Amino acid sequence: MEISRRTLLGTAAAVSTLPVGRARAQAKPVLKIGVLNDASGPYRDTGGETSLICAKQAVEEFASQANGYTIEVIYGDHQNKPDVGAGLARQWYDRDGVDMILDVPTSSVALAVATVAKEKDKTFVDSGGATADLTGKQCAPSIVHWTYDTYMLAKSTGAATVKAGGKDWFFITADYAFGQQLQRDTTSFITAAGGRVMGAAPYPFPGTTDFSSFLLQAQSSGAKVLGLCNAGGDTVNCIKQAKEFGLTLDIAAMLMFITDVNALGLQVAQGLRLTESFYWDLNDCTRAFTNRVKPKTPNNWPNMSHAGCYAGTLHFLKAVNQIGIAKAKASGTAIVDAMKAMPTDDDCFGHGSIRVDGRTLFPSYLFEVKKPSESKGKWDYYKTVQTTPADQAWRPLAEGGCYFVKS
Amino acid sequence: MLSILGYNVGPMLAQGVLGLINGAFYALLSLGLAVIFGLLNIINFAHGALYMIGAFVAWVLLNYLGIGYWPSLILVPILVGCFGMLIERVLISKLYKLDHLYGLLLTFGLALIMEGLMRNYFGSSGMPFAVPESLRGATRLGFMIMPTYRVWVVAASFVVCIGTWLVIEKTSIGATLRAATENPALVQAFGVNVPRLVTMTYGGGVALAAFAGVMAAPMYSVNPSMGSNVIIVVFAVVVIGGMGSILGSILTGFGLGLVEGFTKYLYPQGSGVVIFVLMVIVLLLRPAGLFGKAA
Repeated sequence: MEISRRTLLGTAAAVSTLPVGRARAQAKPVLKIGVLNDASGPYRDTGGETSLICAKQAVEEFASQANGYTIEVIYGDHQNKPDVGAGLARQWYDRDGVDMILDVPTSSVALAVATVAKEKDKTFVDSGGATADLTGKQCAPSIVHWTYDTYMLAKSTGAATVKAGGKDWFFITADYAFGQQLQRDTTSFITAAGGRVMGAAPYPFPGTTDFSSFLLQAQSSGAKVLGLCNAGGDTVNCIKQAKEFGLTLDIAAMLMFITDVNALGLQVAQGLRLTESFYWDLNDCTRAFTNRVKPKTPNNWPNMSHAGCYAGTLHFLKAVNQIGIAKAKASGTAIVDAMKAMPTDDDCFGHGSIRVDGRTLFPSYLFEVKKPSESKGKWDYYKTVQTTPADQAWRPLAEGGCYFVKS
Repeated sequence: MLSILGYNVGPMLAQGVLGLINGAFYALLSLGLAVIFGLLNIINFAHGALYMIGAFVAWVLLNYLGIGYWPSLILVPILVGCFGMLIERVLISKLYKLDHLYGLLLTFGLALIMEGLMRNYFGSSGMPFAVPESLRGATRLGFMIMPTYRVWVVAASFVVCIGTWLVIEKTSIGATLRAATENPALVQAFGVNVPRLVTMTYGGGVALAAFAGVMAAPMYSVNPSMGSNVIIVVFAVVVIGGMGSILGSILTGFGLGLVEGFTKYLYPQGSGVVIFVLMVIVLLLRPAGLFGKAA
């Protein structure tokens, strides 16, 4: 490559702006948090930069209490690829001195990062990942799974729908680990509640944009409820096309965030039922939190996954304070043990706790999307249909199969 | 209801109709690709991104300037076509003397840049775009419910496809175009401005992609990745039809839409690969594609 005078000058100018005296200024030890998610792909809006903003919000609010250390937050893009995610996690833990990795949506990547965290005895607080295996078969003593999981979604949306009379189901499922597990979990709740599954269309993921053919299959199957075991843009397209084809089935979107509802628009999304563990307009505390972060992310208000990044970081910092920075830097398990030992308390999820297998426990909410006429303003989308209390929302400890949980 | 192996005619018919609708998009997009490849010898990997840009421009016109679907259908292809001509003049025209691969790499890079920029500005969840008032509603056909908008999509793409074919095959402009690809120097000697002709052709191909983008906007969410989702399939359509064959790409587009539709019904898991399996078979039996002329 030829180096021109212009590029050389440009580089020199850029280098000169770097903080030279940074190493000297850091006399205190640094506690490092690495936010890892999809920064550029299909899950960018459900995670992405808003997760980083929420993590930083927690750090900002906590910074004055940090006991003898400073806190730094870095950000990485795992591109929804397990190898990229695991590679970055390794580099962060080993070389960059990261003490906790946060968020990590996309179940396959979350499981890969979990393996690294376990091997290195470093803390991993997952907020965006769905798979319940993080606190089940793939659990580790240094992992906390904060916001939601496939079991909780299946139970809240699945069981409630059957109870409301929707007994006969048809699934449209993204044909990979996440979609399959969600369908399996939901099926078990449907059959347990006396419902039936009339059929399923597993479609190739990613790359499917036209779902009309599966929707017609659902229509002709005689089912009353259409269960969507997919996420993001696929869910949005399914719902949009269901309206277009005048589908008479009720739709249960098994994983849907408020950011997806925003993309659909209320005209199309009205009447949908979905489960989240956080909604900005739930109570005074959630509204206060949202008002604090909103100016930093005006077009993408926090969903439950973003809120989990805030709450998880806050609780992590409290735990570090309690055991002291030296011990925290040495062992991820020590931090997570401290996190489990004290109750969680934050503006987003209220009072809760972390179970021995790493599962955070708080209520889950079944929401119905409002009609356009009911919505009073921007992002005013949900009304609460049902609250599942913390002790019933999650998979029972004994059923998870986590290896260090004594039965 | 049991309908294994297509014994039930109703659902099969419905899948066929749906397949034709998707086929309409394949035909429109592969037509643009075929025109560009046939006349410029450029493998335009930016085609999917330009289709996506078309949808986004329609969305921007609607939400910022209040320009609705119908004017957009004319306006967006013109705007994006001009953008295409700019790309051709500034970048692609520098590569005509080099191997095909350079054009492919350049347009692929352009596609990544366009997609990244759109994702950065508009996010990844997509934007809602309402079906125009006059095309709302659906007709009950007995075996399925047919949304009016989709009928319009099939009809409009069919007309545009046939129109493009007629222009290229049956008019004097088309004849000049085809002559210019065969022997640019000679055509130039007759007083035709060949570089300008080539630029216009690229613009025309891009305008077709943008037109498809506007048509797609009310059906799918307007999403930065909508182009990359469809482009690989469209390339397969062009290869099966015969690189550069215009009629081939139209017929193959509709035909493969049908095949894909039936696969979605009989074996949904296979709907993502069936087109590529067909592509392999066609390439083995007829390397120049179904309608291509052997080199």
